Amino acid sequence: MKYGVIVFPGSNCDHDAYHVISKLVGQPVDFVWHKETDLSRYDAVILPGGFSYGDYLRAGALAKFSPVMKAVKAFADEGKFVLGICNGFQILCESGLLPGALIRNQNLNFICKHVRVRVENSNTPFTSEIPAGSILSIPIAHAEGNFICDEAVLTELEENNQIVFRYCDEKGEVTKEANPNGSVSNIAGICNRNRNVLGMMPHPERACEEILGSTDGREIFRSLTNTIERLKRDNR
Amino acid sequence: MKTEFVITDEVVAQHNLTKEEYKQITEILGREPNLTELGIFSVMWSEHCSYKSSKIHLKRLPTNGERVIVPPGENAGVVDIGEGWCIAFKIESHNHPSFIEPFQGAATGVGGILRDVFTMGARPIAAMNSLRFGRLDNPKHGKRNKSIMRGVVAGIAHYGNCFGVPTVGGEVFFDDSYSLNPLVNAFALGIVRKEHIFFGKAAGIGNPVVYVGARTGRDGIHGAIMASAEFDESALKKRPTVQVGDPFLEKLLLEACLEAMRSGAIEGIQDMGAAGLTSSSVEMASRAGTGIELYLDLVPQRETNMTAYEMMLSESQERMLIVAKSGREKEIIEIFNKWELDAVVIGKVIEEKRLKVFHKGILQADLPIEALTENAPKYNRPLIAPKRRSTNIRPKAQAPDDFNEAFITLLSSPNICSRRWVYEQYDHMVRTNTVVLPGADAAVIRIKETRFAVSMSLDGNGKFCAINPRLGAQLTVAEAARNNVCVGAKPIAVTNCLNFASPERPEVMWSFSEVIDGMAEACKFFETPIVSGNVSFYNETEGKGVLPTPIIGMIGLIEDTKKIVTQGFKSEGDLIALLGDVESEIEASEYEQVILKISTEELIDRGKLPSLDLGKEKAIQDACLKLADEMLIKSAHDISEGGLAVALAESCFSSLNRKAVGAEINLPETTTSIESLLFGESPSRIIISFAEENLQKVEETARNFNCPFQIIGKVKGNKLKINVGMKQVISVEIDEIENLWKNALEGYLSAR
Repeated sequence: MKYGVIVFPGSNCDHDAYHVISKLVGQPVDFVWHKETDLSRYDAVILPGGFSYGDYLRAGALAKFSPVMKAVKAFADEGKFVLGICNGFQILCESGLLPGALIRNQNLNFICKHVRVRVENSNTPFTSEIPAGSILSIPIAHAEGNFICDEAVLTELEENNQIVFRYCDEKGEVTKEANPNGSVSNIAGICNRNRNVLGMMPHPERACEEILGSTDGREIFRSLTNTIERLKRDNR
Repeated sequence: MKTEFVITDEVVAQHNLTKEEYKQITEILGREPNLTELGIFSVMWSEHCSYKSSKIHLKRLPTNGERVIVPPGENAGVVDIGEGWCIAFKIESHNHPSFIEPFQGAATGVGGILRDVFTMGARPIAAMNSLRFGRLDNPKHGKRNKSIMRGVVAGIAHYGNCFGVPTVGGEVFFDDSYSLNPLVNAFALGIVRKEHIFFGKAAGIGNPVVYVGARTGRDGIHGAIMASAEFDESALKKRPTVQVGDPFLEKLLLEACLEAMRSGAIEGIQDMGAAGLTSSSVEMASRAGTGIELYLDLVPQRETNMTAYEMMLSESQERMLIVAKSGREKEIIEIFNKWELDAVVIGKVIEEKRLKVFHKGILQADLPIEALTENAPKYNRPLIAPKRRSTNIRPKAQAPDDFNEAFITLLSSPNICSRRWVYEQYDHMVRTNTVVLPGADAAVIRIKETRFAVSMSLDGNGKFCAINPRLGAQLTVAEAARNNVCVGAKPIAVTNCLNFASPERPEVMWSFSEVIDGMAEACKFFETPIVSGNVSFYNETEGKGVLPTPIIGMIGLIEDTKKIVTQGFKSEGDLIALLGDVESEIEASEYEQVILKISTEELIDRGKLPSLDLGKEKAIQDACLKLADEMLIKSAHDISEGGLAVALAESCFSSLNRKAVGAEINLPETTTSIESLLFGESPSRIIISFAEENLQKVEETARNFNCPFQIIGKVKGNKLKINVGMKQVISVEIDEIENLWKNALEGYLSAR
């Protein structure tokens, strides 16, 4: 098994994701430069947080044109796993790998704090080890995390169980007060129809160690790793 | 050298040089300078670059110690934290630009300090900011103050977040002296292996000088560009003197610089900060005892027809100057090109100790390095202690009978309420090392490669330093050390940023000199040498100066992350105790200002501060550190603004994974007033909590250090109740006051 962490100029959570996979999940992992066009070595790639190409135009708007994104699309089409975190989620939406878009937070400010999300679907490779309804404590850190989509897309997301995480309060209630950025239907993370591409605004890589205040993020990486291992075993 | 341009008295004045200074220049050169040379002299001899008014005083500060690897004089100070790891850190002001253009002014302040740190070879791992604004409800300037504050915070967030360094702490303070003079001091800290530290030295005769990073434009050129026949008409259009920052480019510059440093092809490196190409080349040559030749036609430019004057004085951001090892410049250029950055050889190191600047085949400047640096003017300016009008203060408001009311007002007052609105806009968690989140006495960053963590705090108190500069400075240093001790860290070193009004006013210079002496004494006492820093004078508008505001950036070391202490009470039933005295002095407190409505000017006239006994302070800190080291305490929190009552409330408030808790406190009746007991801000006091079973050990430890110790209560329920003697003076629901405290700042900002 091998993970790849894509590095765009301006990525700044690349080292954090690498640290989690290599030291805490204990799996082999490479940094993958944005000019790379071949991802065949990898079972899963992570698009990390940051400000790819400075994000001066619109978050993720330039990254979608980078050579590696063509490869990421092909990689996803093969059914391999793609996890986009924060800027990675924005890039996935911009590239059309996930529906909807992420616009400026409702209060117009950058927001960095711990929030809670409820796991809405545990039937994905990224949440297979986490019972639906679980409440995870994971930090957010973004200025453009306000998820929007039209009614039709929202209905589709709901009907296909593509909404994976929703912002919630400490009791697990999905309330307006618990929504930090104004996202439609408190959406914090969604997957594609095939369930092999996940985008989420919260940073699970920042919630993998007791000393950082939460280990809930680790469950996501553990689920993905176990899924890949299981698939490898089954294919043998 | 041909002088095409006549240098009149007016031109000299526009360059902020005095007639005497100009005369000195002509004597050094044995001729008149040309305009480019005058420009170079003007920036190198400016207060900002030459420290001409402060140098003779700064010499009195302690700068050496066991851990000091790089003392002041380089781009940042460096201290050894063990196992081969070093910390590079510095604080710098960006006050003037942040007033003119708050967003970009603050943003480029962050950019500049980050470059100072990675120039040393260190990867920046944390940033902080010390901010001071005029009061948001000021009848005349309130609206402006709010917009400055919003702009500054957004600018810091923009730069730090995009660059990918966590902004982990700092301070925000309001006083009307900062109304048209905000203070924006940016701090950065980086980590480097001892053997990989780089210096800003232009060593090795014949070594090529490489320009890397952003292209040079006309932005930030010395405010004094004058009409002259020599200039292209289009160049004269007034450019904003505040530069625009590009954090994305800086992030690339960081990665490229660190990669180039690892290649071994770099001899010396320096960032182009204030006075850009001029100061970087001159300072690097000065440190190495060499000279530099520059060919300006080779400088990457983003505008056309730039003159030598403009290029030498441009302050375009995100640029560095590198002296490469001869023959290895190509390696450096390739690395920068990989990161899609410009890298061009623009000159070489020469033996003759001169700066020689060529442009279009003409020698445009030929100046002795020493005259620009160590032989720049130094002034021993007159010092006169200001006369105090020694008034009898008559409070404008009555002390309320109900202490609950005063307490709640104080908790939600601008200088005491939570800074959540500010720090939530900063990414304070990127790099996953922030183990104590903002809002604590000091921020704590773990060093992943070790078991260590580094703590850091920024502290300043302009009010105290205006009342009594020497004692005020000592109180500031003492509080900085105490803040680090409260998270379980041993204070190890200091960086300082000295914000003052005009040095040409003798009473300002007197307070500067007094502050230096107070700071020197305290830093020697705590064995925390000052390894870097910055002086910012002329912080005044319309003839009104800021309060003398020295900021202390102190760092501490925790040898095992398991021993980090936080300020919140942990479990019901734990004992709460005070290291230090219960009695306190009310003078110069927030209570006097907020509740009794005494103005800062009146406090200054009265001239009274809480007293400080450095020996007792040290005993309390040593006891607290020992208790943290033995893992006997569950919380520690420093008593500062708002006194004991506010500190207790802050320990009750919730934090990540910890619900708010109440406390029942019983204070003994003393000769001091109840207000003083509750809200006095006397130093040398720390509130701790611990499990009851450890009482004996805790008490014994305190006694061993001769540290005053008393049990004052218990963690209990959902209310904070404080009794003095038999009388209950405060009883409040924690949840309620926490909400008020948390949201107050947002309220002040949105109030019309």
